[in-house]
Parts: sequence; C-alpha cells; structure tokens
Amino acid sequence: MLKKLALSALLGLSALGTGTAALAAGEAHVEDFDFPFEGPFGSYDPLQLQRGLKIYTEVCAACHGLQYLSYRNLSEEGGPMLPEDQMRAYAAQYEVFDETLADGQGDYRPATPADRFGRSAVANAPDLSLMAKARAGFHGPYGLGINQILYGMGGPEYIASLMVGYEEAPECAIGNEPAGFYYNTAFANGSVPDSCRDEHGHVTIEGSWIAMPPPLLGEDVVFDDGHENDLHHEAADVAAFLMWTAEPHLNARKAAGMQGMIFLVILAALLYLTNKRLWAPHKTRVERDH
Amino acid sequence: MSGIPHDHYEPRTSGEKWLNRRLPVVGLLYDTLMIPTPKNLNWMWIWGIVLVFALVLQIATGIVLVMHYTPHVDMAFASVEHIMRNVNGGFMLRYLHANGASLFFFAVYLHIFRGLYYGSYKAPREVTWIIGMLIYLLMMATGFMGYVLPWGQMSFHGTAVITGLFGAIPFVGDSIQTWLLGAGAVGQPALNRFFSLHYLLPFVITGLVVVHVWAFHSTGNNNPTGVEVRRTSKAEAEKDTLPFWPYFVIKDLFALAVILIVFFGIVAYMPNFLGHPDNYVEANPLATPSHIVPEWYFLPFYAILRAFTADVWVVMFANWVTFGIVDAKFFGVLAMFGAIAVMALAPWLDTSSVRSGRYRPMFKWWFALLVVDFVVLMWVGAMPAEGIYPYIALIGATYWFAYFLVILPLLGVFERPLTPPSTIEEDFAAHYSAHTGGTKTVVNPAE
Amino acid sequence: MAHADEHEPGTGTRRDFIYYATAGAGAVIAGAAIWPLVNQMNPSADVQALSSIRVDLSGVAEGTQLTVLFQGKPVFIRNRTAGEIEAANGVDVASLPDPLSQNENIDVSAPATDANRALPPFGAEGDVDSPWLVMWGVCTHLGCVPLGEQGDFGGWFCPCHGSHYDTAGRIRRGPAPLNLPIPLVEFVDETTIQLG
Repeated sequence: MLKKLALSALLGLSALGTGTAALAAGEAHVEDFDFPFEGPFGSYDPLQLQRGLKIYTEVCAACHGLQYLSYRNLSEEGGPMLPEDQMRAYAAQYEVFDETLADGQGDYRPATPADRFGRSAVANAPDLSLMAKARAGFHGPYGLGINQILYGMGGPEYIASLMVGYEEAPECAIGNEPAGFYYNTAFANGSVPDSCRDEHGHVTIEGSWIAMPPPLLGEDVVFDDGHENDLHHEAADVAAFLMWTAEPHLNARKAAGMQGMIFLVILAALLYLTNKRLWAPHKTRVERDH
Repeated sequence: MSGIPHDHYEPRTSGEKWLNRRLPVVGLLYDTLMIPTPKNLNWMWIWGIVLVFALVLQIATGIVLVMHYTPHVDMAFASVEHIMRNVNGGFMLRYLHANGASLFFFAVYLHIFRGLYYGSYKAPREVTWIIGMLIYLLMMATGFMGYVLPWGQMSFHGTAVITGLFGAIPFVGDSIQTWLLGAGAVGQPALNRFFSLHYLLPFVITGLVVVHVWAFHSTGNNNPTGVEVRRTSKAEAEKDTLPFWPYFVIKDLFALAVILIVFFGIVAYMPNFLGHPDNYVEANPLATPSHIVPEWYFLPFYAILRAFTADVWVVMFANWVTFGIVDAKFFGVLAMFGAIAVMALAPWLDTSSVRSGRYRPMFKWWFALLVVDFVVLMWVGAMPAEGIYPYIALIGATYWFAYFLVILPLLGVFERPLTPPSTIEEDFAAHYSAHTGGTKTVVNPAE
Repeated sequence: MAHADEHEPGTGTRRDFIYYATAGAGAVIAGAAIWPLVNQMNPSADVQALSSIRVDLSGVAEGTQLTVLFQGKPVFIRNRTAGEIEAANGVDVASLPDPLSQNENIDVSAPATDANRALPPFGAEGDVDSPWLVMWGVCTHLGCVPLGEQGDFGGWFCPCHGSHYDTAGRIRRGPAPLNLPIPLVEFVDETTIQLG
C-alpha cells in the first residue's frame, strides 16, 4: 500500500499498472547471436540482408508493415544493395494509392522506388521498421547497463531469439495455458498463468505467452544461392534485415565516427604538444631564473 | 573588466581609434580573452570550455534539425525518422544532438562538483554560483522539453509524469498542470509549446552564460588553493597569473579534444545506449511502458522525488503540521526542488573560513561521501521503487540534505583547517619545482 | 601567441611548426564540422527520389497526348501523327520568333528544328523523325497551361493571352517569348521514358 502511494507520487498516472508490470516482467532468454554488423568495424552483409528481405516478404509481410522504409532503400549503399531493376520489379509487385491520379480522384497504381512499404495488415501486428531499436535484448545486472556495453543493446538478438524461442509450455502451465497464445522463452511482457508464479506474484519461468503464432519453422523459404535455411539461420537473417530497416545508415555512421575520431586524435596530440611547449618556460622558471 | 590589474587594449591606427570611440568592442574582446587567470588551475577547470562547446553544438545541430522536424502529434515521430533516413547526414546530426545533451549534463555535473570542492561558490562569487544554478535549472527544463519532441512512448508518458509533478501542488496544482499542457492531457498543445520553448531556452541560457562569465571575470577566477590573486600592482598580479589566451585556451582545447574522442566514439558506436528503446515506439496514449525512467541526468533528483513516501516520519509530520495539505506526493516534489535549492544556498550555508577543500581535512571526506551519494542516487533512480531501493533512496536523499543543511554549517565550527599557501605563485612553484626534477625541467634550454 | 614568444627568445622552427600544424588541424576540423550543417539543406533522399520518374507510354496511341505531373508541373507527352511531324518539318527555323531548340537534352541554343525538339525513339541513332514530343506544359509567357490540338498551327494554344504553339511546341504567334522547354528525358526501354 505504501509502495503504491510512493509510485503514484512519482508516476502520476497509473501506479497500479506500473507496479504489476514490474512484477509481470519475468526473466527472458536472449541468445547472443554473432552478427556481422557488430563491433567498431562491423558492417551489414548485403547477401544476409537480401535473405532477410526474402523472409520478410514471404512470411512477415503477411501481417507486419515496414512503414518507414522506401523501396529505393533496397538499392542504396549500406543496405541489401539489390540491383536497380530487381528493386523496381520488387516495388512494382505492390500497389499504392496515388491521389494525383484520375484528375484528383486518386487511384491505385504500381509502386515506384520512391514509395514506402505498406503499413501492418493486421491491427495488433506492430510495424517492424524500428523494432530492432525499440527492443533491448540485454539488460542488467542491477540496471547498470554492463551487459549492454559488452554485447550492444541486443535488439536484433531479441528478434532472433524470439523467432527460435517457441517451446513446449513448461510443466507449471499445463492445463492453464492462455488460450490462443504461444509460449516463448524470449518474450518477457506477455501473460503468464498464476500457476507459474510464486506466492509474491513473481514469475518462476523464463519468458511468457505471446499472441503471434510461430512465424518461422525452418525451411520456410528457399534461397536461390542454396544458403542454409534452418530455423536458426532464418532467424538471424531476418533479424539482421530488421536491424538494417531500423538503422539503415549504420555503415556510414561507423565510418563517420572512425574518421572523426582519427581527426580528433591527431588534433589532441598536436594540442598536447602545443600546450606543453607553451607552458614549459613558466613551469620551469622558478628553477632557471632564481 | 577584472579587478586584477593588467594591460588593456590600446587602439593604435586611426581606424582602430575611430571604432573604439564609437564602440569599444575590440577592447571588450581583448580584455575578456586576455584576462589574468590564476596559473595554478588544474584539470578540473576545463569544464567551462566543454560546456560552451556543448551549448554551441546543441544550438547548431538543433537549428538544422528544426529545418526538417514537424511539431505535430501525427507527424513528429515520422519527421524524426525522415531526419534519420533521408536528410543528408541527418542521422549524425540527430545522434550528436541527442548525445550532446548527455555531454552537456556530464560536464555540468563535474563543473558543479568542482565548484563545491574548491569553494568556488563562496564570497565574493555567490552571484556567479546563483547564475550557474539558474543555468542548470534552464538546462533541465530544456532537456526535458527536448525529450518530448521525438514523440515516442517515453516522451509522451514522461511528459505526463513530469507535468504531473506540478499537479501535486495543493489547491492550484490541477489548474497549473492544465495550463502547462494546454489541455487535460498531453497532446498537440503541449508538443507545440514545448517545441517553441525548447528552441527559445538555449538562447536564454546563452545570455545567462555571458552574465556568468562576466560575474567571475569581475571577481577573478577561483583556483585550487582558494587564495585570491594579489592585486596591489600589475607586477605582483603577473606573478600569480597568466593571460587566458593562449595558455588556458590551448590547455582547455586539448582537454576538449580528448573528451570529444570519447563523445564521438559513443555517437558512432553506441548512439542509443543512453536513450531508451521505448522511445523508438511512437507515442500511444493507450499503453504505458512497463517502466518509466527519465534520462540519466535527471535520475539523482528523480530518486529524491520518490524517496519520501507516506511512511517516512518527516512526511507524516509535515502532513500533520499542515493539516494534510502537504501529502507524500507534494512532499516529494518539494524535496526534489529543495535538493537543488539547498545547493544554490551553499554560499551562505558554508561557514568555513577556508575556501578550498584541499586545506579542509574533515570536509574532504564529507565531500567524497556526497559524490558517492550522488552516484548512488543516480543508480537507485533507475531502479524500480520496490524492495530495498526506496530505503537506499531515502538514505541517499537524507545525506544530500544533511550535507548542505547540517554538515557544511557545522564543519566551519568544528574543523581545524590547514594553512593554505600565502600566494598562488608559491603554490605553483611548489607544485612544479617539487615534481619536475630531471627531464621535465630541461626541455627548454636545449632549444 | 605574441605572449608566448616574449618569454622565449631563441625560438626554434620546430616549435613554430607545432603551432602552425595545430592551427591548421584545428581549421580543417572546424571546416569539416561545418560541412554537415551546410549539406543538410541540400535536397534529401526522398526529394531526390522524386526528381526522376518513369512514365509508361504503351497506352498513348498516335494522335493522343498524356499529361503527367512532374516536380509539381505538368509535362505534355504527345504521340504525334505523321501529318503533324510533316507540318513541323515544313517551317523555316530562321523565321520563328524563338529559333532555339530549348531542349536540355541537346544544346539549348541549337536550331529549333523538329528533329532537335522531338524525343528520338528507343535505340535510335542520328536524326530521325520521331512521333514523340515531350515538353513542359507551362506557357513561357505567364505560366498558364496551354490547351492541346488548338490554335492556328494545330499545336497548343494558351487561353490566357492567346499564344499559339505549333506541332513541335514552338511559339508562332502571341505574347509568349520562347518555345515550350523540353525537360531531361530519355527512353529506358521500348515503351518507358524517364523524366529527370
């Protein structure tokens, strides 16, 4: 009760919602995938992004949109780098509503490179363009952010872990499983039956129940180059693709940062020498002059 | 400008004289740049330049971001994505701006604690200190309003929480909150006005920075000894000081360059580390994020805000004395603003005859504890308010107030300070002749 | 840096070099820092993406015209009849009010012959008569949109102030000073052109 008062003091809106949410969020298992774009020199692998695009197109796109992405982005530097004719053909598969057509009445026409991907087709399917930045896979310990410094924010790892995280429901939930939901070890914010909580309401299992049915089962798509298409590889590829949709300029950003840091190191070294020489006569004057 | 005697600008050519009679701007710039500066300043005296840089960085990147941003609830989030994806170099500009706020607060905290340790707030520099505190308050307001603009989940619900603080004021709270938001809840009016103020306040800060610099140029800089520069003659003053340009400008720029290497590393390789993932989800009034956390630089005061719950005896007492007007919620708000107010009152709460903490054996330890306390409060502010965390926050908040309201006044009475050196020259000489035997001293004669 | 020099009489060039190098590096970095602030005002990627569009001409039969909106202004795309081409070829260029081609794809100041105004078909080499005429649909007088297949020369007629254009879009009579200008355009395949 007292804690709830404190919470209302600080949160203003929903003390109860926050309190229970903190209890609801149990542990979740996020695996540390090894992506090529990690680290200071890491960059996107265009072939991996193309595979991810294929998985997105054939599986995810049925429900999820990518509203901030344009078709032209698929050919841009630092992305999947589809050849331009393939990108145009990809765009032309889709229709967009153009209000300048039919004398201002508007009409549907095939999409052009300048058009955006569609929005989600299903109401409760979130847009995926920013998902890899909107989820942090790595936390703790104790909110110090140490894991995030060591492994990155873990957005793509979270997505890939979610893809491979569908498992048989744990023993405690048998008979009490939320209807129409699926047990996933990487999903922390879903519902959990009371039989999987301890007497304080804390969740005793890893993960929770999610509304999305398992989207990938392995061998869902076939790649032209015969690349492996087991579940683990597919999950990594689609997560890499979604990282790119969330942060399309990652390669350019790292390059700019490297340039800037090299420049600054040179400037700092020169300033250090200048400073040392400037001060030298004053720092030794006592001994020399007197 | 300064009370320290030094050379002033003398117009030489007829053109310089012509301008100087009409607008003595060159003289003003000369006196500002060549101001005699205590030559024993250490590396904690660099944060001023870092802060000026941060202010310029934020204004420069901010002005160009505004060229692409749309302050509308339906378009704000998308326009930020437009900046990140389409604008030339936009992702870099935005990441610099977002992380620039962190650089700004990082530097301001070190700057404030520098002042607290070396007694820079003490007479005759109280006005400098107070202006600095005003700048800090405006920075917090600007930072908060800037965080609203991307219109993500954290922006939206954070705004609701922070404006809710004003709603805790007895009797008029609801009216004030409605006035702030221009509506019963966060929405288009709030976004539009916060955008306007977020653009305006940095220029108010710039004006106050000028006054801040003017104030300490009038009194002269403090220095690690806390001993004043001798001012009876120019010759004597020159033994204690060196002109700001080039000695301190180059030194500060070197420090700035080193700090920027780290800053650039963060911007390029972990630009979202200091942000919150929920802010990449567009604002949705119907769903609150599970755990609302302010930006890291607000965390210590956020911890103080929620430390005072209804079961703390001070809160119960305040509640009883005021016939229930001051409840736990309002008490928390008062405590948060009070934590900054007691810091602003430090010049009058510190009774010690010695200025610099370097010569105060007991003060040193209490001060170190205050720094630890600040870090602990920052950490506990990010933790959920359950389990042991509220107790840690309460202890931390109590020490914060005790430091300013009890320890600072009493130390002046009980502590026996050491004797500081009589002049800055003496300190400088002791420092460099003692440590610079061997190679370091013979750099110059060789040339 | 005058102050520093006073204290050190026997100055070395090595010290000067450090000073100049530092100043130079500082200037380069300041310049590099200003460039992004300038460059961000150039057209962004989404605007650039709209600076070029493709138009499918497969539905434009001989003797008809397609009007498309490009960069906020109308562009006329006409598939001319043999008679119209012949009429356009039969004009003495020297007698025109504006004898220049106004064609950005070749030399704007080339003579305003029909071959210099028309868009060569896909894969065409050299001067060939082409039925395709692609030009901005904005009157060079005061910016009205001319009407097709009207006027004294069977081309376009601007209703605002009575300018008559012929079947090659050249001004023949009326207050307009210049021929209708031709935008950057090319065939990318048999039936598709790219504007811009």
